[in-house]
Amino acid sequence: MTPSAVTEAAVPRLGVGVRLHHDAVRDTWGLLAPERLFKLDAQATEIMKLVDGQRSVAGIVDSLVVRYHAPRDVIARDVCAMLQGLADKNVVHA
Amino acid sequence: MTPKDAAIGPPMSVMFELTHRCPLQCPYCSNPLELERASAELETHTLVRVLDECASFGVLQVHFSGGEPLSRSDLPEIVAHAHGRGLYTNIDTSGVMLDDTALAALQQAGIDHLQISFQDVDEAGCNRVANFPNAFQLKLAAARRVSAAGLPLTLNFVVYHDNIARVPQMIELGLELGAQRIEIANVQYYGWGLINRSRLLPTREELQHATATVEAARVRLKGRLRIDYVVPDYYAQRPKACMGGWAQRLINISPSGKALPCHAAETLPGFTFWNVRDHSLEDIWYHSEAFLRFRGTAWMPEPCRSCERREIDWGGCRCQAFALTGDAARTDPACVLAPDHAVMQAAVAEMDGTQPFVYRGFHNVEKVLKLKNLPTV
Repeated sequence: MTPSAVTEAAVPRLGVGVRLHHDAVRDTWGLLAPERLFKLDAQATEIMKLVDGQRSVAGIVDSLVVRYHAPRDVIARDVCAMLQGLADKNVVHA
Repeated sequence: MTPKDAAIGPPMSVMFELTHRCPLQCPYCSNPLELERASAELETHTLVRVLDECASFGVLQVHFSGGEPLSRSDLPEIVAHAHGRGLYTNIDTSGVMLDDTALAALQQAGIDHLQISFQDVDEAGCNRVANFPNAFQLKLAAARRVSAAGLPLTLNFVVYHDNIARVPQMIELGLELGAQRIEIANVQYYGWGLINRSRLLPTREELQHATATVEAARVRLKGRLRIDYVVPDYYAQRPKACMGGWAQRLINISPSGKALPCHAAETLPGFTFWNVRDHSLEDIWYHSEAFLRFRGTAWMPEPCRSCERREIDWGGCRCQAFALTGDAARTDPACVLAPDHAVMQAAVAEMDGTQPFVYRGFHNVEKVLKLKNLPTV
């Protein structure tokens, strides 16, 4: 049984023991988790900064649409795919 | 340094083996045979300074291990300092000393993740291998305490001939105790494990069964429980990328402060390991001969040198090459292409699950140092 796919109604939050971290030495962002590190690219960083356990995926998408003036469906697809990938790895719960 | 070495960034992790003191005596312990005494251990102020170096050098995760790290009364102070510097803090513990007071102190210090080892899911088996009465119940209680505190928990099951058939129950226990992650890690045969190899090694069939069980559970539990799985090298076709490559990702610091490319590196002759008392981490990482010697691919003999996998497995494990062939610069015998691969089958043929354990402990050091050449060829 795999968890259901991330939808716009989901409210994502970081998994237990996972934190968003700015690496000052390398000037990059990443997720620190038990025995693991995930490097985040610029787009993933902007998404993860909006994951606060309160905001829904739809809210995250809306916020990015305003900021980047990109088509909403394109952004929604990217956000869902990225969060699904992290949910499969138990790093994000959605 | 070659240009390739110059391209290597700082290590991602530093493992602090804070002490070799431990109430348990597991016969597969990854500590060296020559255990370091308490009087040689780094002082708190030196550890604090090294943690500052970790943060400024670019290390992201620190691991506090041992021996039993809770044997050190200053552990909460050390964790608090690491946490204050933004480092992600992990503790590898046996759990037997992790009572309410100890956990509260670590939680207040900002611990990010705890990993509790289990010798078996069978109570009698666990206590026998740890050579510690009631170890199993103490571990269960510790794991429940960690989960109840809302902290991330990993259960680390070490598997070997006696318990490898119980992998399904290990996975169930992980779910029951609320772990986010479990490790099903076959004994790695160095140090104390190598002394006990013929006693502990599983059969090929036992291993294949365990592997299939883990693979099925990973699919079933995706997104719920992460399972990391480590096989023994004795039935492998290709070697493991030991430590992700020599001196590529991690520095291991012994209780007395020796900086090592891996925890078993002290078994290798002809090395001088710089001490964090005398050198900065950055200096050790980029300039100590021990870290440079096997970094990258320039040191490799054939068949590694021209192998397409040379930057995947990095030639396997240097300590295993030395332990099994007497030469740390040879291809890891785990590889089917290695000239010494036959020693792996020879070891499998020596399996004998009826032998007594040689328990790990200060009391057995002299005995095993006399024995230690026996399993090699």
